[in-house]
Amino acid sequence: MKKVFKLIDLDCANCAAKMENGIKELDEVQDATVSFMTQKMTITADDSVDFDKLMKKVVKLCRKIEPDCEIVL
Amino acid sequence: MTRKQKKMLIRIIISGALLIIAALLPLKGILRLAAFIVPYAVIGWDVLWKAVRNIAHGQVFDENFLMALATVGAFGTGEYTEASAVMLFYQVGELFQNLAVGKSRKSIASLMDIRPDYANIERGGELVQVDPEEISVGDIIVVKAGEKIPLDGVVIEGKSTVDTAALTGESLPRSVDEGEEVISGCINQTGLLKVRVTKEFGQSTVAKILDLVENSASKKAKAENFITRFAKYYTPVVVIAAALLAVIPPLILGGGWANWIHRALIFLVISCPCALVISVPLSFFGGIGGASKSGILVKGGNYLEALANSEIIVFDKTGTLTKGVFRVTSVHPENFPEDKLVELAAYAESYSTHPIAKSIAEAYKGEIDSARITESNEISGHGVKAVIDGFEVCAGNDKLMERLGVKWHKCHNTGTTVHVAVDGKYAGHLVISDEIKETSAAAIKSLKEKGVKKTVMLTGDAKEVGEDVAQKLGLDLAYTELLPADKVDKVEELLAQKSDKGKLAFVGDGINDAPVLSRADIGIAMGAMGSDAAIEAADIVLMDDNPEKIATAIDIARKTVRIVYQNIVFALAVKFAILVLGAVGIAGMWAAVFADVGVSVLAILNAMRASRVRN
Repeated sequence: MKKVFKLIDLDCANCAAKMENGIKELDEVQDATVSFMTQKMTITADDSVDFDKLMKKVVKLCRKIEPDCEIVL
Repeated sequence: MTRKQKKMLIRIIISGALLIIAALLPLKGILRLAAFIVPYAVIGWDVLWKAVRNIAHGQVFDENFLMALATVGAFGTGEYTEASAVMLFYQVGELFQNLAVGKSRKSIASLMDIRPDYANIERGGELVQVDPEEISVGDIIVVKAGEKIPLDGVVIEGKSTVDTAALTGESLPRSVDEGEEVISGCINQTGLLKVRVTKEFGQSTVAKILDLVENSASKKAKAENFITRFAKYYTPVVVIAAALLAVIPPLILGGGWANWIHRALIFLVISCPCALVISVPLSFFGGIGGASKSGILVKGGNYLEALANSEIIVFDKTGTLTKGVFRVTSVHPENFPEDKLVELAAYAESYSTHPIAKSIAEAYKGEIDSARITESNEISGHGVKAVIDGFEVCAGNDKLMERLGVKWHKCHNTGTTVHVAVDGKYAGHLVISDEIKETSAAAIKSLKEKGVKKTVMLTGDAKEVGEDVAQKLGLDLAYTELLPADKVDKVEELLAQKSDKGKLAFVGDGINDAPVLSRADIGIAMGAMGSDAAIEAADIVLMDDNPEKIATAIDIARKTVRIVYQNIVFALAVKFAILVLGAVGIAGMWAAVFADVGVSVLAILNAMRASRVRN
C-alpha cells in the first residue's frame, strides 16, 4: 500500500533528506520518499501494516528531526 | 512573501540597525559585549533555541547547532562584530533561499496549471458553477468560450476550436464538432460547447497528468541520491576537521589558541550541505516542469537523467513513425479513367468490412448507390467479384488476377496493392499504405545530430514495407515481421550492445508494446492523450503524436543534467576553497557565510534555468 501525505513548513532540504532516511529505517516501511520540492511524503508499506499506527511513529520521528514541520494526516 | 518571511525581514532590519549603532558607539568591555548581544539576540534567538531543542532530540550536526556554536564561539574569542554580523547574514541568506525556493515552486507549479476550478452544469433551469469532482459520468456540462474544459467528454452540441497547448505544447488550436471527444485541460476558445461527461474527474486526463507530474519527485535521480548520501558524511567530516584544527596546531605550536579556535569556527559555518541538497532536486523538478510545458510528461528525475545519456533509440513503426491509418496512397490506372477506377473499386469492395475496403471507400468520397450493384461475391483470400452497371468488376490481389488469367503487373510503390479488372481486362491498381508522419524524418535527423548512436525500427509488418519506411526515414536498422514477443527479444539484444553508461529508449504508441516499454531503460509512449495503458507503462509520455518531441526531451534532459553538475561542482569548489583559505587564516567568517547561504542562493537561481524551455 502506498500513501501520500502533505507536509507543511518543510523549510530545509537537508531535513527532508534526514526524514526520508529515518522513515526508511522503520521496519514496517518498504520505501519512503520525502520531496522537498512538492512538500509531499510518500510511504510504501505492506498491506498488513496498520497505517495509523505506523504514521504515529513517523510523526514522532519527524518531530525529532524537524519540529516545525507538520504532517497532514 | 508569507507572514513568516515578513516577520523575518522586520527582524533583519531591526537587528541590522542595532548592529550599526553598536558598532558606532564608543563602548568598552562588558558594555560593548552587551551592545552587540542585543542585535545578535534579535536575529538569532530562534537559531539558538532550535539548536538547544535539537540537541535534546539527539540531532548533533544540525545546522542551527553549528551556526550557534560558531557565533557563540566568536563571542568567546572576542570577535563581537563578526559574531553578530555573521548571524545576521546567515538569516538574510536563509530568507533569500526561502524566497527563491518559494518562487520557483510557484513558477513551476504555474507551468502545470491545468487544474480546472469549476464546471458549469444546469440545475433547475439555471446554470451553476460546481466543483468538477461533483460531476458524474453522463452529466451534461456547459463550457463557455475562454473556459477550461473541466472533464473528458463528448460534444453533444456546439462547435468550437480548442487550445490544447497546456497539454501538448502544440500552439495550433484544434477544431471540434458535435460527436467528437474533448479532453479536460484544453481551453475552449470560440463557441459554446455542451459536453456529455465520459469520465469522472479523478479518471480524467487532467487529473491523471497532475498526479503523474506531482509524483515525479518521488523517483529520484542518481545525482540526487549521491548528494543526499554525500551530505550525510560531509557535515560530520567537516566538524571533526574543525575540532582537529582547533586543538592540534596550538598543541604543536604551543599556543595561539584563540586564533586557531576562530579558524575552526569558520569550518562550522561551512559545514552545512544545504546548497547541494536543495539545488539538485530543484533542477530536476524544474526540468520536469519545463518538459511538461512542452507536452512531455516525465515520471521522475531518474528518467530525465537516463534520457540525457540515450545512445540507442528504438521505434515501433505503426502509430509511432507512421500515422497508423491506412489510406490509398497512389492510383495507377491503365487505359482507364482514374476517377472511374477508384469508383468501381469502391463499389466492388462496398460490402466488405476489411480495413482495405474502408480506405478505398474513403478515397472515393462519393455515396455508394447500392442499386447499381447487381451481384457481389467475396473470394476468400483473393478479393471480390461484383457486377456493377452491368460490368463485371474484379478487385483483389495478385492471386485473383492469376486466377482470372488477366495480364497484370507489380507496382513499384510499397504497400498493399489492389488490382482491378473490368470485363476480364486489366484496368489498373490502387496502392494502400500507412502514411509516414510528416515529422518523422526530421525527428530521426535531429536525434542523429544530438549524437544518438543508433536508431532502430521494429515492426510486425512485411519486410518490404518495413524496410521501405526505414530507408525513407534514414534509420540505421529495421527488424521486420516481428511478433510482439520478438520485439522484447530484439530489445534485449540491443541492450546487450550498448555501452555501460549509454541508455536505450523505446518509443511506442502504448498499444501492444507495454512489455517492451517496461523492458527498455526508458519507455516513451506517444500520442497518449487518454490512453491509460500507455501512461501506466511508460516512463515518459509525449502528449501529442509528434516524434520530434523526443529530441526536445533529450535537450531538456541534457540541460537539466548540465545544471545539476554545474551546481555540484560550483558548490563543492567554493566550499572547499573557503575551507582551505579558512584553515590558513586568509578567509574569515564573512567568506564562510557566503560559502554557505550565498552559494545556496546562486545554486537555486541556476537551478531555475532548468524550467525554461525554448520552443
